[in-house]
Amino acid sequence: MAITISASDSAISGTPGAPRLSTPQVWGIVLIAPYLLVFLAFVLYPVGYGFWLARHPASYVALYHDPIFARAAVNTLIFLVIGINLKMLIALFLSGFFVQQRTWIRWLSVIFILPWAVPSIPTILSVRFMLNPEWGMVNQLIFRFTGEDGPNWLNDPAVALAMAIGVHIWKSLPFWTLILMTGRLAISLDLFEASDVDGANWWQKFRFITWPSMRPLYLTCTLLSMIWTLGDFNSVYLLTGGGPADLTHVLSTLGIRYLRLDELNLAMAAIVCAMPLVLPLVYFMMKRLSR
Amino acid sequence: MKLPTLREAATEARLLLIGIPVLIWTMIPIYHMFVFAISPKEDAFSGKLWPDHPTLHNFAIVFYQQHYFLRDFWVQFGNSALIAASAGALTLLIATAAAFSISRLRVPGGRIVLNLALFTYFIPAAFLAVPMYRTMGNYGLLNTSWSLILAMVTIASPYAIWVLKQASDKLPVELDEAAVMDGATSLQIFRLVYLPLMMPSLVAIGTYAVLLAWNEYLYAFLLLSNDRDITLPVALGNFLSADDSPWELLMTTGFIYALPPAAIYYAFRRYMVGGLTAGAVKS
Repeated sequence: MAITISASDSAISGTPGAPRLSTPQVWGIVLIAPYLLVFLAFVLYPVGYGFWLARHPASYVALYHDPIFARAAVNTLIFLVIGINLKMLIALFLSGFFVQQRTWIRWLSVIFILPWAVPSIPTILSVRFMLNPEWGMVNQLIFRFTGEDGPNWLNDPAVALAMAIGVHIWKSLPFWTLILMTGRLAISLDLFEASDVDGANWWQKFRFITWPSMRPLYLTCTLLSMIWTLGDFNSVYLLTGGGPADLTHVLSTLGIRYLRLDELNLAMAAIVCAMPLVLPLVYFMMKRLSR
Repeated sequence: MKLPTLREAATEARLLLIGIPVLIWTMIPIYHMFVFAISPKEDAFSGKLWPDHPTLHNFAIVFYQQHYFLRDFWVQFGNSALIAASAGALTLLIATAAAFSISRLRVPGGRIVLNLALFTYFIPAAFLAVPMYRTMGNYGLLNTSWSLILAMVTIASPYAIWVLKQASDKLPVELDEAAVMDGATSLQIFRLVYLPLMMPSLVAIGTYAVLLAWNEYLYAFLLLSNDRDITLPVALGNFLSADDSPWELLMTTGFIYALPPAAIYYAFRRYMVGGLTAGAVKS
């Protein structure tokens, strides 16, 4: 162990009692210092500064009276509860599809990863224009086939939010499918062979073999995805811009809205309000990952 | 070749029934972008699934910067590349040093630093954006490339440290012990033993940090504002502010912007899938 090295080093230097640092330990401190500096300057200081800005109770009163804030909180919950669970269920299903041994499925999996590999800005803007009521491809096709004008997609808050969730799912589904695939591939094939002998159907195989071994991974992924989705700024901001009438904001875009309105205190207070939601998730994830 | 049985054919058909919608769903936004990029202006707005007269004219306009919105295209492309490369290099440097220090040298307090990094990793990036913006202002770094590079290093390095630490824990300690026996200093172990063995993880992390910085929109748009300082995604976002946005040019620029990360991803896919998914979620 590295510990034994340092122990023998201090034995050689032979100063009992005096807590002298051995050479490897000095190097250890030197090498870890750059990250500590980054952490202090760009994490600890901004976070502390942010909390300091958010200290006025008046900010929270103002937030409470801002209907946009309540709406954004509800939207965020919808995004997390419906969006993430839907995404993870699809990912769980598709991971079962992509582990099938077929050449064409392997090729499809290479294409399937594209949304994750390309930047989100151009593709979200592409969707945005596709949904344009006058010139967008979707409504043009609707007009061609039915002769009727299509709906004004992004002008209805509920539809616009659903579309933002759709964009989010489009973007991050490949990643979670990939992760869940590694979980599925880790299950011993013997179990499935034994269940075939016993005449189990696919649902029984899933219920009694796949799910029990996937459950911890699935839950970890769902929580992690929830935390990250709280910070998903692009899907909402670039697709709807928070509109129509600021009704599709989520917490991550709300901070930027207040910043634009030059209400920095409100921006920080809105983020502090999300902490009761974030911190338990973070705590739980840290317990899981730092085992 | 033997004919498939009815049962096999049914399985195949069921798989196709999943595979085809997946393919369509995946490709629609990308295909739409591509069709726009090769459409002349008249075709672009007619909602055709394939333009009547496909052309590369839009690419020429972008490359020769022949539009008001594109007058700084190459400068912005260069900014994106420079920032992505610097953020990648700096992240690698800082994270590798920290992982080596925590995992191999067992620096006192290493565990705490690791937990702090992990905690940072879990703060949603959009929440840190507003305070980060103010902090950069306080440091006088706003509207400089350094602000975005440092912000990206801050966001990328926690995950980098964590993945590299996991990977270096797997290297046998006997290597270090043998090197110490031969009289190697810590730095020599780092350079001659550690770095070569960690190469696959380093490639994965470097790629991760470069892609993260290249793709970043929120921080770039907060921290940079002058036309000649901004990165490509911010320039793309600025297209939106105009009422008569030239969408076919926007999509062309977006397409060009999306190519390098896709190419990098596919080139290093072997490392990425192994190196990142292993670290991303430990079951």
